[in-house]
Amino acid sequence: MSEPSKPQGRKFQLPEHLKEYKGIWVIVEQERGSVHSVSWELVGEARKLADKLGVEVGAVVLGADSPALNTICAEAFTYGADVVYKVADPVLSEYRTDPYCRVMTDVVNAYKPEIVLLGATTLGRDLAGAIATTLATGLTADCTELDIYMDNRSLAATRPTFGGTLLCTIQTLAYRPQMATVRPRVMSMPDRDDSRSGRIVEVFPSLREDDVITKVLNFIADREQTEAQLAYADVIVAGGKGLGKPENLKLVFDLAKVLGGEVGVTRPLVQAGWTTFDRQVGQTGKTVRPKLYIAAGVSGAIQHRVGMEKADLILAINTDPNAPIFDFAHLGLVGDALTILPALTDAFGKRLSVNRLAG
Amino acid sequence: MHIVVCIKQVPDSAQIRIHPVTNTIMRQGVPAIINPFDLFSLEEALRIKDRTGARVTVLTMGPPMAETSLRKALSLGADDAVLLTDRKFAGSDTLATSYALTSAIKKLSEEEPVDLVFCGKQTVDGDTAQVGPGIATRLGFQQLTYIAKIEAIDEAAKEIVVHRRSEGGVQVMKTKLPCMITMLEGTNTIRFGKMDDMFRAARYGLKTWSKDTTGADETKVGLKGSPTVVSKVFVPKPRAERAKMVEAEGGSPDALAAAAVEAIFGAQPKLADDLLGRAAAGL
Repeated sequence: MSEPSKPQGRKFQLPEHLKEYKGIWVIVEQERGSVHSVSWELVGEARKLADKLGVEVGAVVLGADSPALNTICAEAFTYGADVVYKVADPVLSEYRTDPYCRVMTDVVNAYKPEIVLLGATTLGRDLAGAIATTLATGLTADCTELDIYMDNRSLAATRPTFGGTLLCTIQTLAYRPQMATVRPRVMSMPDRDDSRSGRIVEVFPSLREDDVITKVLNFIADREQTEAQLAYADVIVAGGKGLGKPENLKLVFDLAKVLGGEVGVTRPLVQAGWTTFDRQVGQTGKTVRPKLYIAAGVSGAIQHRVGMEKADLILAINTDPNAPIFDFAHLGLVGDALTILPALTDAFGKRLSVNRLAG
Repeated sequence: MHIVVCIKQVPDSAQIRIHPVTNTIMRQGVPAIINPFDLFSLEEALRIKDRTGARVTVLTMGPPMAETSLRKALSLGADDAVLLTDRKFAGSDTLATSYALTSAIKKLSEEEPVDLVFCGKQTVDGDTAQVGPGIATRLGFQQLTYIAKIEAIDEAAKEIVVHRRSEGGVQVMKTKLPCMITMLEGTNTIRFGKMDDMFRAARYGLKTWSKDTTGADETKVGLKGSPTVVSKVFVPKPRAERAKMVEAEGGSPDALAAAAVEAIFGAQPKLADDLLGRAAAGL
């Protein structure tokens, strides 16, 4: 990516006193003892950026002190962190904006990282918007690419804008830290290296439960976890407007079932009420990176493309040989999804059952 | 009870242009609507009004043409509307926008204290989801994002119980007013306006406020008050090559499907084993 010429002025120069901000942090999203994969994806990405800058990667782990929290701290090193900031307090056991924001503001002000990254999840977006305000700094949401411009050692955060029709690169030049959120699956999962270790900095926040107004009365775990499953599915069969009518979505479900995959859809189908929002892939829906993505009756609008183009293999089925999806799919099939889908379901079904018997 | 609903007028289509010199968005000539995510919050505010007789004020920051969206909100049942507009606000990023909106909410609080601020979960144009949290933080309100349900509001005790969508489940939370809420999409359906509200909306004398009306600090708004800089705007690069087309003799669906399966396993030999393992595990 070429570096554009920079205008001069107060907003574009880093003031001297902010030059002591060093290192790249990832706020690790931990809830009830499990870490959201996006946090490790970001530690991996932070590693690449930090190596470019020649600085350390810090992982911030917040929660109530427990063996599980210590395990998470140790895990952060294996994905690429140099330092883990362990912030343990009973008040932090469940996520609530106010105590998390207060603690993170203090920790950032104390240790001065130059870049802070969070997952663009319900927790990450909630917290990032609050911290960026208390720190009065720039925050770029839902980035699809992060880079460092070496001439001024600044973070270049690229994100789709206006429904993905355009990409823009956003920078925070005169303020620190530079903040960004990144959606799950946009960055690849780093390989674990169990030989890596690092140092743990224990932070003891002075929180009192009585000072926190919001109380969590209960947590109701989802019975069906389609939300999480789509983003991390290995196989996705997706349907678009080319399917014609809502009943035909069944053909997509049938193929997905044979493949043990999940079903995704384009935005117009959600807007038309064919299925629920949690199945929407694209700019305003989920970002996915399955091993196989079969797009049936999907034209390939840029809004959809930005959510799925990182799939390892994309097969597109469309009646229109000039549909934009053929410009970025790996395999294309010109034909009617309504007849091809059942044929594919059969073909895969046979192939997989034959192999199973043979194996 | 006084409720402020922050809305944003957004372009209805992706037909937008970028100013070649300033790299900022040119909104002229594109049809405008209320950001669809804001409607879930507006409806929720109106439902609270139905139950408690709360006063609902809609607030937007934008160019004078954003008046259209405010009148639409009035026609749906909002009581008052404030248009925050000033050339000095142009180019505000989310930090500057939340500052400007907060200055207006503080001014509204002087007339009647604000108990609840509703914002959209995110906008369809900017997609940042940052302005709501920015406002909550600046006002010192409790922040409740991604709310799937408002279970109860106790006006006397100033308490509220909500269901918040989080990863893998729902947090049931109890907190005190005042708070800032963003509603999850699909949690309700926006009502149709009543005839008398439509007439009232058409006649309503909008409050138009500038930077000076709310006393906003000039250094904290507009391009000057925005820490972020758009350094580049560009069109996504197309992939280097087009898709390899799957073809089959006769072109029957079965022949094409068989050819597609071969092409998939040819391109990704490991995938066959993966799928097999998956099928075996599922059966």
